[in-house]
Amino acid sequence: MTDATKSPSVPQGGSILSSGLDDVLEPSPGSLMRKRVFGHTGLVIGGGVLLIIFLMAVLAPVISPGDPYDQDLSRKLIPPIWHDSDKVTWDHPLGTDLLGRDYMTRLFYGARISLLIGFAAMLISGVIGTTLGVLAGYFGGKVDMVVNFIITTRLSMPVVLVALAVVSLVGSSLTVVIWVLGLLIWDRFAVVMRSATQQVRGLDFVAAAQSLGCSTRRIILSEIMPNIANHLIVIATIEMAHAILLEAALSFLGLGVQPPDPSWGLMIAEAKGMIFFDAWTITIPGIALFALVLSINLLGDGMRDVTAPENRN
Amino acid sequence: MSNKILEVQDLTIDIPTPSGTLHAVQKVSIHVDRGETLCIVGESGCGKSLTSLAIMDLLPKKAMRTATRLELAGESVFEIGERRMSDIRGNRMSMIFQEPMTSLNPAYTIGDQLTEALRRHRKVSRSEARDRAVFLLEKVGITAAASRLGQYPHQLSGGLRQRVMIAMALMCGPDLIIADEPTTALDVTIQAQILHLLAELQREFNMGLILITHDLGVVARIADRVAVMYAGQIVETGSAAQIFSAPAHPYTRGLLACIPIPGKTERGAHLGAIPGIVPSLVGKMSGCHFASRCPEVQQNCTSAPIPQFEALDPGRSVRCLQAENAAMRSAGQEGVA
Amino acid sequence: MIQFALKRLGVAVLVALTVSILSFSMIYLSGDPAIALAGEGASEEDIENVRRVYGFERPIIVQYGDWLLRALQGNLGHSNYLKADVASVVFERLPTTMILGASALIFALVLSIPLGVLAAIRPNSMIDRFALTVAMIGQAMPSFWFALTLILWFGINWRLLPISGTASWQNFVMPSIALGYYVTPAVMRLTRAGMLEVLSSDYIRTARAKGLRPMTVLFKHALRNAIIPVVSLSAVQFGFMLGGSIVIETIFAINGLGFLVWESILRADLPMMQAIVLVLSIIYILLTFLADLLNGFLDPRIRVS
Repeated sequence: MTDATKSPSVPQGGSILSSGLDDVLEPSPGSLMRKRVFGHTGLVIGGGVLLIIFLMAVLAPVISPGDPYDQDLSRKLIPPIWHDSDKVTWDHPLGTDLLGRDYMTRLFYGARISLLIGFAAMLISGVIGTTLGVLAGYFGGKVDMVVNFIITTRLSMPVVLVALAVVSLVGSSLTVVIWVLGLLIWDRFAVVMRSATQQVRGLDFVAAAQSLGCSTRRIILSEIMPNIANHLIVIATIEMAHAILLEAALSFLGLGVQPPDPSWGLMIAEAKGMIFFDAWTITIPGIALFALVLSINLLGDGMRDVTAPENRN
Repeated sequence: MSNKILEVQDLTIDIPTPSGTLHAVQKVSIHVDRGETLCIVGESGCGKSLTSLAIMDLLPKKAMRTATRLELAGESVFEIGERRMSDIRGNRMSMIFQEPMTSLNPAYTIGDQLTEALRRHRKVSRSEARDRAVFLLEKVGITAAASRLGQYPHQLSGGLRQRVMIAMALMCGPDLIIADEPTTALDVTIQAQILHLLAELQREFNMGLILITHDLGVVARIADRVAVMYAGQIVETGSAAQIFSAPAHPYTRGLLACIPIPGKTERGAHLGAIPGIVPSLVGKMSGCHFASRCPEVQQNCTSAPIPQFEALDPGRSVRCLQAENAAMRSAGQEGVA
Repeated sequence: MIQFALKRLGVAVLVALTVSILSFSMIYLSGDPAIALAGEGASEEDIENVRRVYGFERPIIVQYGDWLLRALQGNLGHSNYLKADVASVVFERLPTTMILGASALIFALVLSIPLGVLAAIRPNSMIDRFALTVAMIGQAMPSFWFALTLILWFGINWRLLPISGTASWQNFVMPSIALGYYVTPAVMRLTRAGMLEVLSSDYIRTARAKGLRPMTVLFKHALRNAIIPVVSLSAVQFGFMLGGSIVIETIFAINGLGFLVWESILRADLPMMQAIVLVLSIIYILLTFLADLLNGFLDPRIRVS
């Protein structure tokens, strides 16, 4: 470390007067955090877009122009309103699909499925991965070896392939998709939590807790977990985004969410045949997926920056 | 021809930080003669390492460097561009760093890292470069030098790596070597060997040597002249004998009081310590930087502008108002007598 | 080095065995594999027949041992649907997928390594922001949607590239981009992070203090060290791409393993599914093993111990 990086951490002390004032004028941790959060462009944009999509999902029955399952072949494939066509109508701002269902409505209801699957799969994988990772990191030795072996084995099996095969064998439903994804994508949680735990475990306050005779359970829950929570949040966003993309891919391949439920991946699959003449049927749900995943990633990156600013770059 | 190898005048380093400009080094002036060892002493964070990096033009990008003079053997090397500067680095002046464990590239052999500097600066064949590397490895006291060339840094101990670093610095036969705390990371027994080696090589090749350290024991052993740095400024310079026998700055006296002297320091007696903390160098500063910790502080020390250098004896200066007063008083007494 | 390689090989074999157990037991997920194999509307007699032919009435451990033994001899079973030997179909389709994976990886590396290096040389500059944006977009874009968008513009609107099949090298351009783009962010971020770390290391300062030219410092001293973790990551990503090839091959109608496995899944061709999961996993294990060896070779701290 050079002098340059050390010096700024030298406490104030040049003038008694100025250091006294600094203490008084120092902003509170809460306001500092607010400043950091709202000063972070990515975090604000990501959080904002995610909030909008979340509201779309929650309020879908209220704000939707129609019913997501209501078919009417007489009004099929109406283009969205910005298209130059005499078919366009404000009744269907984003047009209708091949079966005449309102596209905007299906988009809103699709957000429910994406968010539900993403969140639930993330939760399951988070519990599995964190448990494995923390145990491996805390106990080390044989436990670590076994966990490492499980992680390596899991990584060697291609996710999409195994998910497709399992879903096809067990039978496809929302619950099955959630469980299959949750049981498959815990690897990153385990890897990151393992190394984070290893780092924290070596710190003095853990040794202090051990010397006080705290139980292992207590040390893990109240000494280690709080200190690795920021990593946990970041991985959670990454895996939620990952699960959403995987669900979309499974549904696109016909083995995820089943028709007539409106999943964005499924909407793109149904629109695949229209690529030559009605490409907007692909573009709209694609952009929705892209925006959702991007906003979750921005939120995760932003939270990493805000909770641990010294770790940037 | 002047004997001066290096002349630095008013070297200043500013580093912008979120809370204001950090005045890391302020108007530092030093010079080194051929065959002379200058020790820069000070506690960590006082700017001594930055000073050495600034001379080599190796400062981090965000650090801003200014100087009225920066000359190597009478030739300006200030702001001459990266291309010309890189012709000088490792060639006419080289540097030895603090951390031998991390200062060698783990991916290449010792031989490769030794010869590449020579092959960069001189038109020599591979085998000539290799011979020079073997010669210097033997010079720095490495046995079986030829077989070491094929080894990787991780196969060598810290002491051996620092010897390799020294040999590397000598490859092109530089006029000046800057050693930044070269022994800090090493075992105590090896520290003495490395210092001894540096001093010996410096005499043999008649180079200028700047040794940066916080260890006054090291200074006492090999320095010709000493510059004491505190909070970005040089507070006192003089010959090693002058500094040790008659330290003029309270900070220097404080530092010297921190060293136990076998036989003199009684068992159980308190070793000196300088109370207080180093002032922040961020933002505007006024008065003496040491004032807040100085046992002899007077009222005008904090209010007056930063005290300037005053020559006491030839080649000797100190940055202290009280020392200046004392000098004036003694001069006055001499006048009366 | 030999000890290191043997240790890695041991782990690889163990992982491969575990994977073989998992792929074998996969077919029991549907409950009774005989029912699944016999197909819909099969009579009780047909199912019983299938059960006897496949030996499902034996204890599972015996079935597994038998299956593994035959797999080791290159016999991966028989596809009732294709009326063909599974192994020969799989190895007939494998090269296409490997070519797709390799060209996608090359695309990803050619895009991400220079971008990562440039971003690390000038952190927070325009190029750094551009690189991070590329990474951000790459991570968020569903690969199948990106593939369809490519088809829409390059294939349909501008008619620059063929949109399906494997007739010529041009057929592989869009699939490679669609598949490779997905792994670009990870490689780029790792290159950038590695370069940033290496560039601030002491030995880079030493190299500069020696007066070496900036290009020598950058390529000989910095990139050489920063690239080591990228090698392992590339192997891992190549494995991921083999998995991801299902989506891309389906969209571009490329007759590789991905397309085959999708078809097999849709028609419940159990031996084929089993075989492909096994083969892709083994390829992944081999790749990571080779990457470990390559790492050992690139890093003298492992090679010379």
